[in-house]
Amino acid sequence: MATPLLEIRNATKIYGGGFLQRGNRIVALQNFSMTIPGQPAVITTVAGESGSGKTTLANAILGFISLTSGQILYKGQDISTLKGRDATMYRREVQAIFQDPYEVYNPFYRVKHIYDMVISHLNLGYTKEQARELIEQSLRVVGLRGEEVLEKYPHQLSGGQRQRVMVARAYMMNPKLIVADEPVSAVDASLRAMILDVMLKLRDELGVSFIYITHDLSTAYQIGDNIFVLYQGSIAECGRTVDVIERPHHPYVQMLIASVPVPDPKVKWGTLLEGVADETMRYKVESGCRFYPRCPHRMDRCLEAMPPLYPVGDHGQQAACYLFEK
Amino acid sequence: MSTQGTLYPANTDRNGREVVLDVRNLRIHYETPKGDVIAVNGISFQVYKGEIVGLVGESGCGKTTAAMGILQLVPSPGRILGGEILINGRSWLGLSEKELRERRWRELALIPQGAMNSLNPVMRVREQIADAIVTHEGYQPKDQLKKRILDLFALVGLPPRVYDLYPHELSGGMKQRACIAMAIALNPPLIIADEPTSALDVVVQRVVAQTLLDVKERLGVSMIMIGHDMGLQAQMVDRIIVMYAGNIVEVTPVEPAFYNPLHPYTQLLISSIPSIKERKPLKITSGLTHDLRNPPPGCSFQFRCPHVMDICKRVPPAMIEREPDHWVACYLYGKEEKED
Repeated sequence: MATPLLEIRNATKIYGGGFLQRGNRIVALQNFSMTIPGQPAVITTVAGESGSGKTTLANAILGFISLTSGQILYKGQDISTLKGRDATMYRREVQAIFQDPYEVYNPFYRVKHIYDMVISHLNLGYTKEQARELIEQSLRVVGLRGEEVLEKYPHQLSGGQRQRVMVARAYMMNPKLIVADEPVSAVDASLRAMILDVMLKLRDELGVSFIYITHDLSTAYQIGDNIFVLYQGSIAECGRTVDVIERPHHPYVQMLIASVPVPDPKVKWGTLLEGVADETMRYKVESGCRFYPRCPHRMDRCLEAMPPLYPVGDHGQQAACYLFEK
Repeated sequence: MSTQGTLYPANTDRNGREVVLDVRNLRIHYETPKGDVIAVNGISFQVYKGEIVGLVGESGCGKTTAAMGILQLVPSPGRILGGEILINGRSWLGLSEKELRERRWRELALIPQGAMNSLNPVMRVREQIADAIVTHEGYQPKDQLKKRILDLFALVGLPPRVYDLYPHELSGGMKQRACIAMAIALNPPLIIADEPTSALDVVVQRVVAQTLLDVKERLGVSMIMIGHDMGLQAQMVDRIIVMYAGNIVEVTPVEPAFYNPLHPYTQLLISSIPSIKERKPLKITSGLTHDLRNPPPGCSFQFRCPHVMDICKRVPPAMIEREPDHWVACYLYGKEEKED
C-alpha cells in the first residue's frame, strides 16, 4: 500500500496539570487515529460540538501545539521531527483556512501583502511579473480579479471576498492538504455555497485533500467524503459521510442528527429524547464512555472503560459504543 | 405598579389582530467621514400578539440595527433619523432616557446575541434577575422575590439549585435559559431575541429553542427572532421578514416563505440552504451588494438579481400584498413604485 498523505496515530492532548500536576487536567483529544490516503484527494470532515477537540486537532496537525502522546505522520515522517527544508516543505504543502477571515489580516497592510510575504518566504516566484502572474492565477480560481482586491485594505473587502482571498492564498502554495477550520461559519448562505464549491473544485481538478472541521453537519453532508464525529475528545462514530449521516449508529450521533433543524415548516422537531433535557448531568466521567450521563441506552459497563470502535454497517463505518459489540 | 396596559387599549389591524409592535418608516444611519451608511432604510412592519416573527437576511443587512433601533440602543455613530415605533399603541421615539429606562424590559425585553456572555460574571444568577425586578417594581420581601425567581426558573426548565450559582458554573444552554428567565421576569408583551441559539451546539440549541416556544405558548408573549439559520426559523417562527441591504423585501407567513418565496432574494436564500436530507449540487450566485453609503437608485437587489429589468434601476418598488398577508417589494409582481 502506498504511503498515506497524513496519518494520525493515537493522538492525545491533555491541557493543564500545571506545576507539579496540580490543577485540573483537561483531556482535549484522546486516542484519535485517522488516515488520509495519498490518492485520490478526499474531503475528510471532523465534526463535533464546541469543546469536542476539533480545533485542538487542527492546531496539532498545523504544528501550533505538540501532542501529549501519539504521532502525526506526513508522508510517513513524524511532523514533530521535521527540520530545515522538510519543515518548510511541510508548511508549504499543508495550508490552513480559518473561521474568521478578518482576524488573519494585519489591518495596516494592503491585501497584497499577505501574498508578497509568502512568495518571498517560500521563494515561489523570482521576478515581480512571475509573482504577479502567480497571484492572479490563484485569485482566478476563487473568482476574483487582482485589481479588485490586491490594492485594498482588508476592511474594504466583504466577508466573502476576505475568505476567498485566504483560499486563494492557500491554493497558491500548491498544497496537498488544506486544514479548513470552520471556513464557512462566518459567511452568509450565498457565499457559503461559493466557498464550498471552490473546495470541491480544488479536490477534483487539482487533487487537494481537505480536513474540513465544522459543527455543521448539513454542509459536511453536502461535500464531505469521510467523517469523524467527535464527542468530548474521542471519536464517537466514523465512516463515509453518507453512511454516518443517513444511518447513524452511536446514540450521540443519532441525537445530533435528529436535532439539526430541518428547513421545512411542515416537518417539525419531534419531542425531545429521554435524557437530553438534563444537561446539568454533564459531570466528568473519568474512565468509561463520556456520553454516559446523556445516553438513553446507558449500561453499567459503559462506566468501566471507554468503548473501542466497533464496526457497524458496511464500508468501514465504526461506532464507539458497547451496543455494537459482537 | 403600573396599569399602563389597561389605560391604553391595544391597537388592532384591519383583520382584527392585536398589534403589539408597530414600526413605521424607521430609518437608521451610521455616520462615517465618507458619508452616511444607510443601515435601515425606512422599514415598516407589525408584530401581532402571541406570534414569533423571524427577521432574516445576511450579515450587514441591518437586522440587528433595526432591532437595536426598536430598543433605542443603537450604538454610536448610529442615529435614528426618522420613523415611528409604537408598542401597544404608545410611541417609543422621543422619550427621555429616564422614561425609556422605566419602560425598557417592562414592555420590551432583549435576549442579546451571545446572551451567554452578557451575564455579569461576579453576580449570582439570582441577584441579576432580582436586580431587574427590583429596579422596575421597587422593593419586595425576600421570600416573595425568591419564589418569583424560582417560578421563572421552572418556566424555563432550570433546576432550583441554579439560584445560588454564578454564571461560570452553568453550561452554555443553562446560561441562555437564565437569560430567557430574565427577559420574561417582568412579563413584557414583546421580546427581541437576537440569534438566541447561535453559539450552542445543535442538541442544546434544540432544547433552548423549545424552551422559547414553550414560554411563548404559556405567556402569550410576542417575539422577534433575528437569525440566519433558516432551519431554525422554519421550526420556530410564524411569520418571516426578509431584509436585504437595509430594506424589507418580503413579509410572509412561514410556509409560503419556504414553499413559495416571491422575491428573488428570498428565493436565493431558500435555495442555498444546505440540507441534511438530500445531497444536491451547490447553488452558486455572483454579484456583490452595493456600497451602503451610496445606494443605487431603484431596487437594492438589482446587482444580484437574475430578473433585473429597466424599471428596477430607476425607482425602488413598493410593497404589494400578493397573497393575503404575503407582501413583496418586486416589480415581477406589479408596477407600483415606492413613494418617498
